[in-house]
Amino acid sequence: MFNDRTAKFLLLAALVICVGGAFAPNWIVNQFMFGFSRALAILGLMVLWRTGLVSFGHAFYFGLGAYAVAILDSKLGVSDVFLRLMAGAVVAGVAGFLIGFIMRNYRDIFFAMLNTAISMVLFGIVVKTESLGSTDGFAISASTIFGLSPETKYPLFVIITLVGLTAALAVNFYLKTTFGKLTTAIRDNEIRVEYLGFSVAHAIHLKYTISTILAGCAGALMAMSLGQVDPESMINWTVSGELVFVTILSGPGNVIAPFIGSLVFEVLRTYAFELAPQAWQLIMGATFLTIIFFLPGGIWSLIEKLGGKKNEK
Amino acid sequence: MKNSSSILEVRNLLKTFGAVVAAKDINVDISQGEIVGIIGANGAGKTCFVNMVTGYLAPTEGSIKFEGAELVGLGTRKITHAGISRSFQVSQVFHSMTVSENLMIALAIANNRGADALGLMDTPDLRSKLDEVLKRYRLEPQKDATVSALAQGVRKLLDIAMAVVSKPRILLLDEPTSGISVEEKFDFMDIVMGALKEDGVTVLFVEHDMEIVERYVSRVLAFYQGEIIADMPPKDALADKKVQEFVIGKEHHKKKK
Repeated sequence: MFNDRTAKFLLLAALVICVGGAFAPNWIVNQFMFGFSRALAILGLMVLWRTGLVSFGHAFYFGLGAYAVAILDSKLGVSDVFLRLMAGAVVAGVAGFLIGFIMRNYRDIFFAMLNTAISMVLFGIVVKTESLGSTDGFAISASTIFGLSPETKYPLFVIITLVGLTAALAVNFYLKTTFGKLTTAIRDNEIRVEYLGFSVAHAIHLKYTISTILAGCAGALMAMSLGQVDPESMINWTVSGELVFVTILSGPGNVIAPFIGSLVFEVLRTYAFELAPQAWQLIMGATFLTIIFFLPGGIWSLIEKLGGKKNEK
Repeated sequence: MKNSSSILEVRNLLKTFGAVVAAKDINVDISQGEIVGIIGANGAGKTCFVNMVTGYLAPTEGSIKFEGAELVGLGTRKITHAGISRSFQVSQVFHSMTVSENLMIALAIANNRGADALGLMDTPDLRSKLDEVLKRYRLEPQKDATVSALAQGVRKLLDIAMAVVSKPRILLLDEPTSGISVEEKFDFMDIVMGALKEDGVTVLFVEHDMEIVERYVSRVLAFYQGEIIADMPPKDALADKKVQEFVIGKEHHKKKK
């Protein structure tokens, strides 16, 4: 698991980031926390994308993860970071597993839009339900770690980095298994996969569930980082679009890509908003067009090009 | 041709699509180790028969038994697990991957079923099996080439090699030489049939080229309008009046004479 270049790089990068974070100003720590939280959802979407599937509704699972944290906090007073994270993963994973029975039968635009439809149902329910915070959402208390209340955000930053590292290593390993290698095979030719004796539906179901668990973790960590959840910034279709945007920006080439792509997105959005508060979307849109026209393999393909390496399948 | 060593028994097979009858009254027994050629004009029911045996199409009526077990009602995967594989008229491979990656996936699926599929795919054991398959199907020179860049003949070889790695007892080949040049077709079939003979696989293949049929098969099933009109050794089949009229075409036969 740890003996390939990607795994070694991830371990080294996590160490450098954790140490560097101790000396970094707050705004940088925040950027990394938001970026790495979102990167978990991108990691899941990357697995789906490699299979030839794009979901325009993963804000559903992102939102479920975030709201699991908010409800645990507001109704039960649970503040432990690991319990909150686990709740986000379990709620999103169970929902993803159940909805996966439907999703595994659909492809292309139907798969993408069915996910959007489901996420909009949740959005509608949350917006109209007072006990779920309605449009205002919930404020979330600061997370505790095994009963201790840290004074700064640094411990949460380290935990998010380590969760990101663990998820990246796990997905990196998964992509080397028979199940994982089927991602590209299914995208290329489902008929052959079935005639080789493997169930395409089962493989897609597993990949979908993995992606929903990761999106749930992402939502939970984002909620804890922001200290606030509301339907507009957690469940709305624009959040799903944002996740797809960052997936394309990152590229599907390597499990490191979602983390780089997410950080680039955070920095880009922050500066775009600072430079042009009334037209920041214009800058984001222009960036998106540039990526599609000139870097269809995302930022990762540029890194590979600069490094003179072939695309990793 | 009922035989005590039959591994495939097809009885009263019927397939209709609305008012169109694609296959009817198909009764055939295939023995272990036989090489059977399936001939017929376009639309005669050859591929329909192959599709029914491999679970792609469900028969309207009838029975298909493999080693005594009923196949009708089973899906393609379960039929593959039972020991029947197939290749396709248009090769079904993973076009964005290399030849080695295609075969590794086929080998991994054949060897890592169930929870084993969550283990690493690239193991030394599978690597040595890969080398063996590459050698046997003479795919070594192209092993690192991306499939989309390969010639049709190589893709066909790969398609067949992928179908065989699960060690099936019966292999159905749908027009293996279609799209392959006249100069290459015998070399191609020599590689394929040589490899399959080593494994002792029973082979049924759909073919339009009568030279290939005469050279490689021990028995011919001739289809016409969804029915088997001849079931006999190739020399007898090609001399049969019905086969000449409905399958080969009289003109072709006269030319050969």
